[in-house]
Amino acid sequence: MTVVIDRTRAGPPEAGPASAAEKARRRGDSGGGLYKPRTPIYPKQVHGRWRNIKWALMAVTLAIYYITPWIRWERPGALPDQAILVDFAGRRFYIFDLQFWPQEVYFITGLLVMAALALFLASSLFGRLWCGYACPQTIWTDLFIQVERMFEGDRNARMRLDAAPWSLDKAWRKAGKHLVWLGIAFGTGGAWIFYFHDAPTVLVQFWTGQAPATAYVFCALLTFTTYVFAGTMREQVCTYMCPWPRIQGALIDQDSLQVTYRIDRGEPRGAHKKGATWEGRGGCIDCGQCVVVCPMGIDIRNGAQLECINCGLCADACDEMMDRIDRPHGLIGYDTDKAVAARAAGQPAVYRLVRPRTLVYAGALVLVSGLMLWGLAHRQAFDVHVLRDRNPIAVRLHDGSVRNGYTLKIANRSFADADARIRFSGPAGALLKTPAAPAATDEVSARIETNTVRAVRVFVTLPEQPGAGTSLPVAFTVTLPEGVMTVKSTFITDPGARP
Amino acid sequence: MSAPDTHKDTGPVPTTGHEWDGIRELDNPLPRWWLWIFYASVVFAIGYWILMPAWPGLTGYTRGMLGKSDRAELVQDLARLKALRGQQNARLTNASLQEIESDPELQAHALAVGQSVFGDNCATCHGVGGTGGKGYANLRDDVWLWGGTLEDIHRTLQYGIRSGHPQARFSKMPAFGKDQILTPGQVGDLTEYVVALSGRPANAAAVQRAAPVYAANCVSCHGPEGRGDPLQGAPNLTDREWLYGSTRADIQAQIHNGRGGVMPAWSGRLDPETVKALAVYVHANAAGQ
Repeated sequence: MTVVIDRTRAGPPEAGPASAAEKARRRGDSGGGLYKPRTPIYPKQVHGRWRNIKWALMAVTLAIYYITPWIRWERPGALPDQAILVDFAGRRFYIFDLQFWPQEVYFITGLLVMAALALFLASSLFGRLWCGYACPQTIWTDLFIQVERMFEGDRNARMRLDAAPWSLDKAWRKAGKHLVWLGIAFGTGGAWIFYFHDAPTVLVQFWTGQAPATAYVFCALLTFTTYVFAGTMREQVCTYMCPWPRIQGALIDQDSLQVTYRIDRGEPRGAHKKGATWEGRGGCIDCGQCVVVCPMGIDIRNGAQLECINCGLCADACDEMMDRIDRPHGLIGYDTDKAVAARAAGQPAVYRLVRPRTLVYAGALVLVSGLMLWGLAHRQAFDVHVLRDRNPIAVRLHDGSVRNGYTLKIANRSFADADARIRFSGPAGALLKTPAAPAATDEVSARIETNTVRAVRVFVTLPEQPGAGTSLPVAFTVTLPEGVMTVKSTFITDPGARP
Repeated sequence: MSAPDTHKDTGPVPTTGHEWDGIRELDNPLPRWWLWIFYASVVFAIGYWILMPAWPGLTGYTRGMLGKSDRAELVQDLARLKALRGQQNARLTNASLQEIESDPELQAHALAVGQSVFGDNCATCHGVGGTGGKGYANLRDDVWLWGGTLEDIHRTLQYGIRSGHPQARFSKMPAFGKDQILTPGQVGDLTEYVVALSGRPANAAAVQRAAPVYAANCVSCHGPEGRGDPLQGAPNLTDREWLYGSTRADIQAQIHNGRGGVMPAWSGRLDPETVKALAVYVHANAAGQ
């Protein structure tokens, strides 16, 4: 049996309504079997500050997800006119006025490093902000729960419905819910493929059966995962599948803001009669609202725990209840372990956002972002690589002069065709020849079409170099619209030499 | 064999009754999931027999309902490949050699075709890099026995050298020593003469003795100055390129034996477009002419 919580911090085992996680734990402990069955969670609808923020963030993030691929961006020639496009077939990543090639994958790496550091920083400052507000798993689960409420009602109605025998009413509610879920899931999977193909084109192709097989496969895959993850697995994804809760423990400390039950204010808890005194007791009336609204099925009053995604819905539920009994807000809210402990000991709470930990994360984040910006600003639209022929490494001509063959790979990532002028810098008297040219000269020119890598064959002939050694350091200077690029290479003077 | 029994360590699970030195085998039932996979495999196998080629017979085999055939697919693939290449190959058919070389797209196609065909057919003698070896011409330099222009190379490729083809390049150097046309002393003197032609120090007396012999026997092909004649495939004796080696022993052996290499005619073996592409490839990678 996996024990998922530090039970020494758990409250009295039988007091108040038990959370779903607590029930499951009890059942597991009493020899329930090899696998722990899921205890259904019926989160109650809640209103309040954090809930409103969550609604707004859901609208924004979903809008970003669905609208982004439809932003058009004019590009010259046959290049795609989609602002953000991951073109796997063409091996290109377009983002507005930039296009990235596979060999620049380090920009993606940098972006991922930045994302990780930002996540570390946010976590050490404010706990699991990502999990509670921005993670797709949370967003879509939230959406699916809302759909569920539309069909089956809120917590109590849903529990009654699930306990009731099958009837026509129950059947259509369940069927309707699953149909809408599938619709949303399909919309999610469908929108995904727009990022990888020209959106208007693939939309038509999709319905006419002309789209590439990968489009159908990934649409089906994401439809399936969305439906299963947000519909039926929900909190199990976070608790069992996601590595983040495990890493989380290393990132937060006693000064991190987390959704916290302010134990100093709440305890000792207990039912309260209207008009009775509040002296000598805590502010928690043990109404259990924080437990019934929790989408993760936990009791926040047990302290910080692995399942908690810090969504703040329990804080909203508690505030709502405090309004009703005319008590101050904030029995549950964003707070730090240190502040709670300080207040419990009768000292003023101190909040420290600037700590070595946050400074290190922020510093690393600034460093990596700076490197990325520098890299982007100094990124060149052209690449030149020189590959020297290995076989033959050199050829001696009838007059004793020696010829070496090179292939210059010139990549053009700009959005216009470019002319490259290739010259050789090395010993005097070099003659350059490319197969298409009628005669050898001191310069070879080639047209590099936009969005291509052109391989230019260049043969260099040097007069005999007595006493110069078998391997001469040489270089090619390539004049391009962006400037001159110099690439080093070697010239072998002896056809029998071993490089 | 004893009767199936149970054991205090195994609880209610019976054993098979087999015993080897006290080791007994538990008679656990097969896992249900395993059984279901086994049955599914049986069903799959029957379906496979019906749909796919499966059972060998005396004169053939069961074809299966799907009509799958690796051989037919290969033929289809090859046909598709040919169709794919067809357009560019058609352009190769109609274009002249110069047109191929001056059109970047067509040239790139010819070079790609040429490279792969060269590796399959030519590399055996001339080497993958085309630099040849003793007795096999170096195709990368600017020394060409039979001419190094695009047309010359194309013609040599088409008809070969001493290949027996009526239009083949043909010449024959006499075996001056072996056939006793010249005495061994004359052959030795000639060797010194040829060494002197290539600008290297030689025995002056021998060179003087050999001059009339050279004029009488060699001039008709190699020329008075030893510069050779590409029309007859006669090599230039004044440069530093030696097909059969540059040492005195090599040169003497060549005068004695009069060797001449053979290159097959490729016009009957490769289609005309491929030969054209090969000519463009060889010319593009060679220095000169």
